[in-house]
Amino acid sequence: MLNAITLIGLYLAPTGSKNVPGGEHIEETPFPPFDPTYFPSQIFWLLVSFFILYFLLSKIFLPKLSWAIEERSAKISDDIENAERMQRLAQDAETSYTESLALARTKSNRVAETTRQAVDAELKLEMDAENKKASIKAKAAEDHIKSIRNNAMKNLEIVASDVAQTAVESLTGSKVKIAEVKKAIKEG
Amino acid sequence: MIAAGLDPIAQFEIHKLLELSIGKYDISFTNSSLMMVVAVLSISLWLLLSSKKSLVPGRAQSIAEISYEFVADMVKSAAGKEGLKFFPFVFTLFIFILFANLLGMIPFFFTTTSHIIVTFTLAMMVMSLVIGYGVFKNGFRFLKLFWPSGIPMAILPFVSILEIISFVSRPISLSVRLWANMFAGHILLKLFAGFSIMMITGLGFFPGALGAIIPYAMTLALTPLEFLVAFVQAYVFALLTCVYLSDALHPGHH
Repeated sequence: MLNAITLIGLYLAPTGSKNVPGGEHIEETPFPPFDPTYFPSQIFWLLVSFFILYFLLSKIFLPKLSWAIEERSAKISDDIENAERMQRLAQDAETSYTESLALARTKSNRVAETTRQAVDAELKLEMDAENKKASIKAKAAEDHIKSIRNNAMKNLEIVASDVAQTAVESLTGSKVKIAEVKKAIKEG
Repeated sequence: MIAAGLDPIAQFEIHKLLELSIGKYDISFTNSSLMMVVAVLSISLWLLLSSKKSLVPGRAQSIAEISYEFVADMVKSAAGKEGLKFFPFVFTLFIFILFANLLGMIPFFFTTTSHIIVTFTLAMMVMSLVIGYGVFKNGFRFLKLFWPSGIPMAILPFVSILEIISFVSRPISLSVRLWANMFAGHILLKLFAGFSIMMITGLGFFPGALGAIIPYAMTLALTPLEFLVAFVQAYVFALLTCVYLSDALHPGHH
């Protein structure tokens, strides 16, 4: 399609130039894109501007650009490396933390166990000692009670024989010897 | 007057802005030269603004870096890693043609690439680099380009003639492709835009505006197409340059 339009352009070119005011001369002005009048000027200025641009780009701008691109990619890979190292460090720290935690837990369990055993043993010892003391005291008290009861029984016998002698004397008027009374009480 | 203003060829005319000459050659500074200088200046300005070397690139820097990598990838894929020594040349070529094409899209600006002599000079620059470097690097073996290996002896002379013809026609096809695209595109735009103006001036506003709708819509549709063509032609020129340079680097590797 573009080629067809080019042909139209080529066809239109001379008609256009015929319409130029004051163009009485039959000689047609040349088709501008092919006009050789300006060929030297076009070539000259193209070469000048192109090589100035080439110089600017190859010596200044492109090295700067490639520097920036390389610097960035280097920075990015550096940062990623750093981040990976940090992550590894953090993981190491975590594992060592859990390990030490487990260690501390078992240790504390052991300490608690030994303490408990020691306390139990001490407690038992003290209780035994106290028990012994208490049983000695109880025995002493029992003996005391026994002796008191024996005395009381003895006193009761004396009192009973006295009462019986007095009773027999007042009833019969005869004196009864204490020993006989005692014998009679015992015989019932 | 109006007819002259609407002449689609008038936009390609060259005017002298400053008379200059070397010997018998007229090298006057013209509107075409001005646009070349404008292209160089705008490229320099763009790259100057975009080379702040910041870690996080701004907009201009991003575009510059994308262009850099775009052209670098193109050179690498078409001419291999050794082709990267021509990277500054290809980049200059690409960016110069691109800017010349795009500047031409601004109304009333001159399109330097719509002159056959400009595109032909660019193409000859490429061809002389190809031949010069090819002979410098490969010496006599550069001629293997026209004597491909792995082809039966019976048809080899025929193939060789074809290779020579294709090599000789390269600068022509390279320059005519770019020139014709830019030239035709600008004529087309001017024709349709001028047509809508002629409708209104010729028929008055009421029926004229209705008649102008279609050519106006065509202008509207062609403008983005021409921007695309401006880019694609710069790309094609640079890509073919890479392909030809690859011949200079590895002759006989077709």
